[in-house]
Amino acid sequence: MADLAITPGHGAVEAHDEHATTTGLPNTKIAMWLFLASECLLFGALITTYVLYRGASGTGPYPADVFDIPYTSVSSFVLLASSLTMVLALASAQKRDVARMRLWLLATAMLGLTFVGGQVYEFTTFYDEGLAISTNLFGTTFYVLTGFHGVHVTVGILMLLSLVGFSTADRLPDDAAFPVEMVGLYWHFVDIVWIIIFTVVYLIPTPAPAPV
Amino acid sequence: MASVTVPATGGRGLLRRPTAVTGFWSWLTTVDHKKIGIMYGVAAFVFFIIGGLEALLIRAQLAQPDGTLVNADQYNQIFTMHGITMIFLFVMPMSSALFNYLIPLMIGARDVAFPRINAYSFWAFLFGGLFLYSSFFLGGAPNGGWFGYAPNSTTDPSIGMTFYALGLLITGIASTAGAVNLAVTVINMRAPGMTLFRMPVFVWMGLVVQFLLVFSLPIITVALFQLLFDRRWDTAFFDPTRGGDPILWQHLFWLFGHPEVYILILPAFGVFSEVLPVFSRKPLFGYQFVVFSGIAIGFIGFGVWAHHMFAAGLGPVANTAFGISTAIIAIPTGVKIFNWMGTMYGGDIRFTSAMLFSVGGVAMFVIGGLSGVTHAIVPSDYQQTDTYYIVAHFHYVLFGGAIFGIFSAFYYWWPKAFGRRLGEAMGKVQFWILIVGFNLAFGPMHILGLQGMIRREYTYPESLGLTLWNQVSTVGAFLIAFAVVMFMVNVARTHLKPRGEAVEDPWDARTLEWMTTSPPPVHNFDEIPTVHALDEYWHRKYVEDERTGTLVPAQAGASDDHDAAHADGHGSIHLPSPSFWPLVASIGLPIMGYGVLYSWWLVGLGALVALVGFYGWALEPSVAEG
Ligand code: HEM
Ligand SMILES: [Cu+2]
Repeated sequence: MADLAITPGHGAVEAHDEHATTTGLPNTKIAMWLFLASECLLFGALITTYVLYRGASGTGPYPADVFDIPYTSVSSFVLLASSLTMVLALASAQKRDVARMRLWLLATAMLGLTFVGGQVYEFTTFYDEGLAISTNLFGTTFYVLTGFHGVHVTVGILMLLSLVGFSTADRLPDDAAFPVEMVGLYWHFVDIVWIIIFTVVYLIPTPAPAPV
Repeated sequence: MASVTVPATGGRGLLRRPTAVTGFWSWLTTVDHKKIGIMYGVAAFVFFIIGGLEALLIRAQLAQPDGTLVNADQYNQIFTMHGITMIFLFVMPMSSALFNYLIPLMIGARDVAFPRINAYSFWAFLFGGLFLYSSFFLGGAPNGGWFGYAPNSTTDPSIGMTFYALGLLITGIASTAGAVNLAVTVINMRAPGMTLFRMPVFVWMGLVVQFLLVFSLPIITVALFQLLFDRRWDTAFFDPTRGGDPILWQHLFWLFGHPEVYILILPAFGVFSEVLPVFSRKPLFGYQFVVFSGIAIGFIGFGVWAHHMFAAGLGPVANTAFGISTAIIAIPTGVKIFNWMGTMYGGDIRFTSAMLFSVGGVAMFVIGGLSGVTHAIVPSDYQQTDTYYIVAHFHYVLFGGAIFGIFSAFYYWWPKAFGRRLGEAMGKVQFWILIVGFNLAFGPMHILGLQGMIRREYTYPESLGLTLWNQVSTVGAFLIAFAVVMFMVNVARTHLKPRGEAVEDPWDARTLEWMTTSPPPVHNFDEIPTVHALDEYWHRKYVEDERTGTLVPAQAGASDDHDAAHADGHGSIHLPSPSFWPLVASIGLPIMGYGVLYSWWLVGLGALVALVGFYGWALEPSVAEG
C-alpha cells in the first residue's frame, strides 16, 4: 500500500481551507454565514422582545424623556461610515497594499470605538436621568438590546485590532484579503443590525403610556 | 500501512504545538474527530448514569405513599437535574459523539471542517455540565423544572436557577460551535462523487439536526439571558408587577424546546435508517422519502411550539392552529415508520443486538407518538397536561426513541470504533430486560396520569389509590438500571477478552465508514474513495448476476478504484497537529460563570483566560517551521 506521510496542516487559518471543497467555497466562509444566520435569530428574539414590551412600562422614565435623537443619529452615522472604511480595507487587502489595509482597518476600529464610547456616554446620561436597567420595562429592554449590540461591536473592534496586530507581526497569510473579508462580513452584519435597532428603538415613537 | 510521521512543531515556548498522539496528554490536546467523539461518548455516558441515579431516587421516593426519602425541595432539585441531565448532558452530547465519530467517515472526509473548534465544543460542554453539577455544593441545584417556567424561576430565592441559566448558556455555546462545525463538514467536505442524495440517512439527519441547532439555540440563549438578568440584576422581563409577561418565557422556551425534541430524536431516526437495511439485507425502502420527511420535520418543528402552551390561555384560535399543525407533523413521522417497515418487509432479517434495539426503538417510539397525537387535540390536552400521562408520553418518545437508538448505535458501530464486537448474547439479554423494564416503568404512568396523578408532585396520599401502579413503575425503573449495568459489564468483558473475530466489515455493511480499517487510522482513509452510488460500499461488494437478476459477490479487487489515488491532490495527507488552546479557551467559560454569581473580578479573569486561549489559538503555528 502506498506510503503516505502525515504532515501537519498549515496556516493560522484552519487546515482544510486551501484544499478542494465540495462547494468550492472555503469552509470558513460557510461557517461565518451560518454563524451570522444564527445571530439573526438572536437579535430577532431581542428586538421582538423590545417591540412586544413597547409602551408596557407603567412608570417612567419613558423613551421620550431620555432619548436624544440628534446625538444618537450622529453616532449611528459614525458606525455606518465604518462600513465604508471596512470596504476600503478589503479593497486594499485585495490589492495587497498592506500599509493602506492597516490604515483602513485602524480607521474602522476607531469609528467603532467612537460609537461604543458614545453608547457608554448615552448609558451614563440615561442612568443619571433616572433610567437604570431595573427601573422599568423600558430600561430593561432598552439596555439589554442595545447593550448586546454594543458587546458585538466591541468584539468586532477586538477582531479588527487583532488583524492589524497580526499583520504588523507578519502573522497573516501573504494574501490577507480572506481574513479581512471574514471580519468584514461580521462587521457589516453588526452595522445592519444597528440600523434596524436604531429605527425600531429610537425612530418609531412609543405610544404614550396609558393614564393610571 | 501508511506511515505516520509525527508532526514537527515550530514556534517557541508556550506556542509550541503539543505532539503526543497517545497517552494522557493526547486526550487533552487532541483535535482528531474520532478521539473527540469518544470523549463526548464517555462524558455523556457518565452523565447518563448520574441522571439515571436521579431517576431511581425519584422512583424510590414515589414507591410508597407519603414517601419520606427526600423532601419537596430536594425532590424539585432532583427531577429538574434529572431532566436537564438527560436532555442537555446525555442525549445531545451522545448525538454529538456519534455524529463526530461517524460523519467524517461516512462522507469520506479526513476530519471535521474545524478540528480545534471541535475540541473547544467538547470542553465547553464538559465544563458546562460540571458547572451545573457544582451547584449541588454551592447552595442548591436548579429546582424549577428543565423548562424553567417564569415567574417561579425568576423569583425562587435559592441560587439554583441562576446556575441553570449560566450552565445552559455555556453548553449552548458548545452546541452552537459544534453545530456550525458539523454542518460545514457535511456541506463542504464530502468525498468526490458523494452528492447530497448519496449521503447515508444518518448523515442527512445529522445535517438537519445541526440546522435546527443553529436556528433554535439563539432563541433559548436570549431567553436564558433574560432569565439571568431578571434574577441577577432585577430586570423586569418576566415580572408581571412591572409589565413583564411570564408567557414570553414560555414562547421563547418552546420556540427552542420543540425543535429540541427533534434534535434529540432525529439522530435515532438516522441510526434506525442505517441499521434496519443492513440487517434486513435490503436497501432502505424509499430513501428519498425518509430524507425529505426528515427535512419536513425540521421545518414543521419550528411551527408548533405553542402546543406546549394550550393550557396557558392563548385563546381558541391560536390553540386550534397549533393543534392542527401539531397533528400535521405526525405525517412525515408516519412516513418514516412505513419506510422502516417496508425495509424489513420481505427482508432476510438477522436479529442481532443492534437490530433488536432498532426494532424495539421504532416500536416504543410509535407508542409514544400515538399518545402524542392525543395531546394535539386541545380538549384532551387540558386533561393530560401536567399529569403523569405526559411523563409517560415523553419517556416513550425520548427514552424509547433516543436511548434505544443510542444502544443500537453502540452495538452496531462498536467494532468500528474499538476493533471489537460487544458480546451479542449479552446484548440480546440486555435488550429484553431493558424493554420489559421500560414498559413496566413507563406504561403504568399512562394510567396514573389518567387517574389524575400530578406531575412533579413529590408524594401522594394513600387514599388516592395510586400506590400499586407506582410500585410497578419503580420495579421497572430498577430493571432498566439493571440493563444499563449489564451493558457496562458487556463493555468491560469485551475489552478484557483478547481481540476476537474479524471486525473490518462484521455486518456486511453498506456505507463508507466500513471501507477503512477498524478502528480507522488517524487519517481515516489511505485513499479517499470516489463515490458512484448510494450505499457505495455495498455496490463495490456485490454485482448483479445478469442471468438471475440476483446479487452476487464481486470479484476480489474489482472494486479497487485507482482514479481516487490522489483525490485530495497531494502525495501526503495534511492533518492538524494537537493543540491545548481549545482547552484553555473553554476554561474561561465556567470561570466567567462563577464570576457572574460571585464577583466581577472573576468575570474579568475568565474573559482574560478565554482571550489568552483564543490568541494562543490564532497564533500557534501548525506547520513545522524549517
Ligand atoms: C431509568 C430511566 C428513567 C426513569 C425511571 C425516569 C423517571 C422520570 C420521572 C418519574 C419523571 C417525573 C418527575 C416528576 O415529574 O416528578 C421524569 C421526568 C423527566 N424525565 Fe425521566 N426517567 C428516566 C429516563 C429519562 C430519559 C432517558 C430522559 C431523556 C432522554 C428523561 C427525561 C425526562 C425529562 C425531560 C423529565 C421532566 C423533568 C422536568 O419536569 O423538569 N428521563 N423522569
Ligand atoms: Cu412540542
